[in-house]
Amino acid sequence: MKTFFMWVTAIALLLAFASADNTPKIERISGSAGDVLEDDPVGKLKVYVYELPSKYNKKLLLKDPRCLTHMFAAEIFMHRFLLSSPVRTLNPEEADWFYTPIYPTCDLTPTGLPLPFKSPRMMRSAIQLISSNWPYWNRTEGADHFFVVPHDFGACFHYQEEKAIERGILPLLQRATLVQTFGQRNHVCLNEGSITIPPYAPPQKMQAHQIPPDTPRSIFVYFRGLFYDVNNDPEGGYYARGARAAVWENFKNNPLFDISTDHPTTYYEDMQRAIFCLCPLGWAPWSPRLVEAVVFGCIPVIIADDIVLPFADAIPWEEIGVFVAEEDVPKLDTILTSIPPEVILRKQRLLANPSMKRAMLFPQPAQPGDAFHQILNGLARKLPHDKSTYLKPGGKFLNWTSGPVGDLKPW
Amino acid sequence: MKLSALQQSYLSRRSNSFRGSAPLDSSSDSAIKSPAAIFWLVLHGLCCLISLVLGFRFSRLVFFLIFSTSTTSTTNLYTAPFRNLASDITTPFVSSSTPVEIPVLNRTTPNSNSRVVVGRHGIRIRPWPHPNPTEVMKAHKIIERVQREQRAHVGVKNPRTLIVVTPTYVRTFQTLHLTGVMHSLMLVPYDLVWIVVEAGGVTNETASLIAKSKLRTIHVGVDQKMPASWGGRHQLEAKMRLRALRIVREEKLDGIVMFADDSNMHSMELFDEIQNVKWFGAVSVGILALAGNQDESSSVIMEEGGENTAMPVQGPACNSSNNLVGWHTFNSLPYARKSATYIDDRATVLPRKLEWAGFVLNSRLLWKEAKDKPEWVNDLDLLDGLEDIESPLSLLKDQSMVEPLGNCGRQVLVWWLRVEARSDSKFPPGWIIDPPLEITVPSKRTPWPDAPPELPSNEKVLVGIQEHTVKHTPKNRSSRSKRSSRTALRCQEFNLEADILRGIYLVVEESTERKQRMETDQFLSRPTTLSQSRPFSAH
Repeated sequence: MKTFFMWVTAIALLLAFASADNTPKIERISGSAGDVLEDDPVGKLKVYVYELPSKYNKKLLLKDPRCLTHMFAAEIFMHRFLLSSPVRTLNPEEADWFYTPIYPTCDLTPTGLPLPFKSPRMMRSAIQLISSNWPYWNRTEGADHFFVVPHDFGACFHYQEEKAIERGILPLLQRATLVQTFGQRNHVCLNEGSITIPPYAPPQKMQAHQIPPDTPRSIFVYFRGLFYDVNNDPEGGYYARGARAAVWENFKNNPLFDISTDHPTTYYEDMQRAIFCLCPLGWAPWSPRLVEAVVFGCIPVIIADDIVLPFADAIPWEEIGVFVAEEDVPKLDTILTSIPPEVILRKQRLLANPSMKRAMLFPQPAQPGDAFHQILNGLARKLPHDKSTYLKPGGKFLNWTSGPVGDLKPW
Repeated sequence: MKLSALQQSYLSRRSNSFRGSAPLDSSSDSAIKSPAAIFWLVLHGLCCLISLVLGFRFSRLVFFLIFSTSTTSTTNLYTAPFRNLASDITTPFVSSSTPVEIPVLNRTTPNSNSRVVVGRHGIRIRPWPHPNPTEVMKAHKIIERVQREQRAHVGVKNPRTLIVVTPTYVRTFQTLHLTGVMHSLMLVPYDLVWIVVEAGGVTNETASLIAKSKLRTIHVGVDQKMPASWGGRHQLEAKMRLRALRIVREEKLDGIVMFADDSNMHSMELFDEIQNVKWFGAVSVGILALAGNQDESSSVIMEEGGENTAMPVQGPACNSSNNLVGWHTFNSLPYARKSATYIDDRATVLPRKLEWAGFVLNSRLLWKEAKDKPEWVNDLDLLDGLEDIESPLSLLKDQSMVEPLGNCGRQVLVWWLRVEARSDSKFPPGWIIDPPLEITVPSKRTPWPDAPPELPSNEKVLVGIQEHTVKHTPKNRSSRSKRSSRTALRCQEFNLEADILRGIYLVVEESTERKQRMETDQFLSRPTTLSQSRPFSAH
């Protein structure tokens, strides 16, 4: 008996010593939905792509090709991906999900900002078209349809938060699944069951600015961007709910914080030399900074109360990023320096996982594990549709005349 | 409610300035016609007038504070002074710190249990917005830990101990050379054992020098003194290296053996590259053969004609499939007639065919019994009797098993150089100048061409003194100059009764003059040689 125990302890010790040698470089990621980042959606769902006249998509793109490079380009690339994807089906009877190829964000000002004023009318007109030409909308009133709405506040179609809240989600889209970049808990513009996606960031540009991985990370906290929006909110307090201004006022003298409003050409290289990258909210809580931080291995410090991050059920963001409440911004340095080094190293290991980086990007052509596939995975996880999807005969939920009067005008 | 309409129209007015290029806003159509909007226009005009009078933008926030029924937030929120000039005048307490509840929310959001409110928020600043030193230290520790982890992942996995063998002996240039090697070794990020073999026995000089490195050192001596000829030197150095290899064998040191001659220069990549060796490796060595006489060497090169002078590199030669096919050696033919034989020769110092510095070996090759020791290795004891061991290749039976390192010999990672002083050159032991000096030369008396002009006041007095002393000193010069100057002084005191001032001058200048007299006598009596040291100051 004694010798047996001796052997057991000896073997246990040996194993412990053997495993303590090499700390792994990356760590597997599994979120609340399980280990789903690398799932393959092919075979799990079928998507039917409606054929809309080109005035809803191609003509807009021809008018302004900048739509392909700005941060809202996900809607265009999703359409292109679905057209040639194996999940696409040409038979609408066997489709689980229906996609409407419409680019509501492709109406840009001369400076490149999208104007959302015509988007509700465009969306309404498209839905009227598909409901009159195909029976599938009326069958479910859109409950098995999904739309990509990557604008500031999603389907609320306004860049200003008060106005967006006032409008709410377009009434016709209340039952549909919205694939959007905006995510904030308990907010009008985030429907239950929406899929949050990362904003579009150009993958080739980020690849082109890689630096050797042995460059030591010597910047503690890094941020480049506005702190005060002097054009629209000169006194501060509205922009970013005062959080960005608070970051500046508290930490402009702190040598650990490399923050400024510069536009350096070495922005991507600097991110790769930083340990923490601040991702505070702006006019909307989401920003491409999160994508850039993840791709470059910089731990994102998210300062946006109640934000819902992309693919929140597939990616455990609490373990990867640092969440700081807006009211705790003056204590940001205390918070960051009190994180134990083992936790920081673990976060870096999670970030180093290539499937994490792939899930944040929209590469052309699509690759397994990228954001397109994560969207399809999210849609697949919502299957099978439950009974409330299909309308009982005579039942109707949507009110086609609700909403501001201006929206009812034809497009 | 009038209140909400007011605020709503205010907001819509504000919104029109956001992202200025938004001409179409459907909600503004209706706002113009309502009486609330007209009232607002009037108020706006009033505010403009007030701003004109005051001279800066007057914040309309004061109206919120007057009208708003909700006085919330009693936290310690305040903004930076320059941000809030308007409120300083209007209100005594710091304003713009109230997160004003906009009633608009109540209408539209059914789920208003969110604690995030839209609208104006305060900019929170802590009382002392400056870095806290404890936090800064913690942050630096974090940075250090992260960088250590990075190095662990990117660098060499499982680095082996380096065993560095350096033959040396005490001479003028020893400090120069050994300090260079020492600093390179101190920068190596791996474990290190430094075996220093000294010709002429162990000396304190060398010991104190290598102790500064704080590396693990093994310092042994070989009784033979270093000969003056280069040929003899190379032989003795080979013997010294074998002595070190014997230590590796006796102590069963485990790691990679490399040979670092004290005058060579090693690049940091060398130490990373040799970690890749399995049993026996070779790197390319750059040969910096100093031309003894500039004119001669250039004429030599001209003589050889159009042919390119061979590259000064020794090392493994590979074919296109990166296999070892032979060796590059240094072409010493151009220097054949003009090479240095003795250390003092001002001619080119030539290396051997293949220098020891270009080879690295796994220390287990030297052990008596080691697991997996390959059969193509000679035992170290076999080399004992041999007279002249050119290179460690004699340890191998089969030379084709040598691994070429550094991108198959294409990278030169170490440079060979031999620079020594004349054999009779002297230097202060330990390079510490210990007074009294043998030769001290006052800068005033020597004819240095760039000596500063002498100060006039001192000169006058000294000249005066000189006159007097000159009279007396011809009697008794040379050895008893000290006593002579003293007696001269006494005579002066008696002779110049009335001149008390002069006496004072004499007393003051006596000491300096005495020293100067001594110095000048000594200076005049000894021959000057280059190895003199200069004094730090004349007075």
